[in-house]
Amino acid sequence: MQNNKTLPSKFIFPGHNACAGCGQLVAVQAVMRGLNSDTIISNATGCLEVTSTSYPQSAWGLPWIHSLFENASAVASGISAALKQKKKKTKVVVQGGDGGTYDIGIGLISGMWEREENILYICYDTEAYSNTGIQASGATPYDASTTTTPAGLKSTGSQQVKKDMLAIALAHGLKYAAQSTAGYPDDITNKIKKALAVDGPSYLQILSPCIPGWKMRTDGAVLMGKLAVTTGLYPLLEYTNGQLTSSSITDSFRPQTVNEYLKLQGRFKHLKAKDIKEIQKLANQNIEKYKL
Amino acid sequence: MISKNKKQILEGSNAIALTIKNIAPAVVSAFPITPQTHIVEDLAKMKADGLASFEYIRAESEFAAASIVLGASATGVRVYSATSSQGLLLMTEVVFNIAGMRLPVVMTVANRSVSAPINIWNDHGDAMAVRDAGWIKFFASNHQESVNQHILAYKIAEKLQLPVMINVDGFILTHSYEPVIIPDDKTIKKYLPVYQPPTGTYLDPKNPVTLGAFFGPNNYLETRQMLHEDLMSSLEIIKEEYKLLNKTLANQGANHQRQKLSRIDNGLIEYYGPQKPKTILIAMGSVIGTILETIKNFKDVGLLKIKVYRPFPAEEIVKIIKPAQNIAVLEKAISLGQSGPLYADLAATVMASKIKKNLNLKNYIVGLGGRDITQKMIKEIIKDAPQKNNYLKFIGKI
Ligand SMILES: Cc1ncc(C[n+]2csc(CCOP(=O)(O)OP(=O)(O)O)c2C)c(N)n1
Repeated sequence: MQNNKTLPSKFIFPGHNACAGCGQLVAVQAVMRGLNSDTIISNATGCLEVTSTSYPQSAWGLPWIHSLFENASAVASGISAALKQKKKKTKVVVQGGDGGTYDIGIGLISGMWEREENILYICYDTEAYSNTGIQASGATPYDASTTTTPAGLKSTGSQQVKKDMLAIALAHGLKYAAQSTAGYPDDITNKIKKALAVDGPSYLQILSPCIPGWKMRTDGAVLMGKLAVTTGLYPLLEYTNGQLTSSSITDSFRPQTVNEYLKLQGRFKHLKAKDIKEIQKLANQNIEKYKL
Repeated sequence: MISKNKKQILEGSNAIALTIKNIAPAVVSAFPITPQTHIVEDLAKMKADGLASFEYIRAESEFAAASIVLGASATGVRVYSATSSQGLLLMTEVVFNIAGMRLPVVMTVANRSVSAPINIWNDHGDAMAVRDAGWIKFFASNHQESVNQHILAYKIAEKLQLPVMINVDGFILTHSYEPVIIPDDKTIKKYLPVYQPPTGTYLDPKNPVTLGAFFGPNNYLETRQMLHEDLMSSLEIIKEEYKLLNKTLANQGANHQRQKLSRIDNGLIEYYGPQKPKTILIAMGSVIGTILETIKNFKDVGLLKIKVYRPFPAEEIVKIIKPAQNIAVLEKAISLGQSGPLYADLAATVMASKIKKNLNLKNYIVGLGGRDITQKMIKEIIKDAPQKNNYLKFIGKI
């Protein structure tokens, strides 16, 4: 029997120019395995768009459009309206980074969710503006050093905690909202399939380790995606009709310490024991909050 | 019951909305802003009453509305939006994007001044803020022209894959009543076929394409050059299509039998006045009516109305202004720190065409923020035009 995981997807082809070991591309591969050919993609500006469509080449096997950084969701609404007039059941999928999702595009995403269209929104969360050189975003975790929240003599990096985008999605009454990481490609694929089965808007947020952004080894994306889950910092979650229906945090969950995750990433290398304690608290809060 | 191809007295916004209904876009999206509101409210009501079958997508901002019609247009259907002032400025990024992506979006701009200070009345500051975006820009001077330009806009847009903006003066045209003929849907269909873009140019799972790719230094320049050249070559096509539209409307009994006052009218420009005028006034939009009334009493003064501002019909303009000694450009806009934008275009045109070394080319900024433009002001301008004094004047009061 063939192992599905190693099969290249027919929707994203080799030839893109993402960094070696890019976690976002691992996630994209898993997403594409969950989609079918009757799909149209609206993509925000960011690493994925830049690295996959360098004219005259394109890595996309699906109909794909990029307009701007912040409007991929509204573009998707337009596609959806046109498809309705054409009486087509084609699925519309949006892809954006955390900057396009948590920050500059959030108003338009809210508008799209209000309209209750049949659109799946996927956020590839690299926890920074990767494409422009790792500046902080609303998804940047507490104490991470980025180029606009650099650690220094008087700073331990970003002093804002990560925005709870999943809660914002849920506040819009989404029937399906989920979270995964590039450490679990099959989990991503399964969640894509579930999201597609929903009639109405759905949201999937995928932690996508960024090699230059997180300052880590090029073979570490999957490991980092796993550690984010096993430490409780970024659990695998699924909300159906507003209820938490699956979580990586169960009774049998035995968390690894956050240090196991932090110590492998240059963006946290400035942290002292007392700082790490603070981050451990955040993980502990997650473990309380998302226990199923 | 609305009569078919009959003259009716309609509000300008209602006339536009009825025309759009008959043009039958598949997707309409907009966000309310004075003085555009009546157009989008009328369209919403037509949809609510089952008189129109388009999707009416309520957007949460103009930025979203423009993005929604962008997405729908990229999926291969006919679209419509309308805005004004701050709304157009909020759309700016998308407006440029639509042109770069070569999407045949058609949008009405109910022209209004730009804040600050906030002011809801008419001038052309909004249209000029997106002057260089790569759209074809029509300016209408009365209701019938606005109606006909909307029909023409779709034909040109869909034929050339270029977006078209129809500028109508806020309040003066959007909220006033005039006799007008709204060509019925059958008449429009005779001129404007059902929109079907070629396979492989729009989002379609059966023929996957990548739209909006990343262009490096080796490719970007050519795309801008191509867009520019296509805009320039649209001048001839607009002229042809204008003729064809008028012919179709006449055959269907839908031409507004106005007394033909102009000497030349080709869809791009219209010229009123003597063959060899001493002075020519140049303007765009609803002020044309007032100027026309005023120059009746001047034997050697002509009026050149610009109907298509982008692409700039330089050749047509040169032909008209050649015999004149004084050119007065009246504008409801100012490129702050320079001059009126139309004046700068005229200056470049005069330079390039080498028509006259000692031509008196002057610029009068009028009507900003809805200030009335009176016949008295126009007379003053006619008097001032031959004077060798400041080339740029703001005419607010006399
Ligand atoms: C309006 C606007 N502001 C800024 C930019 C510059 N810009 C392009 S991509 C990007 C960051 C993208 O970050 P994110 O959405 O997190 O995606 P990633 O690159 O990390 O995948 C920025 C700031 C832009 N293209 N448009």
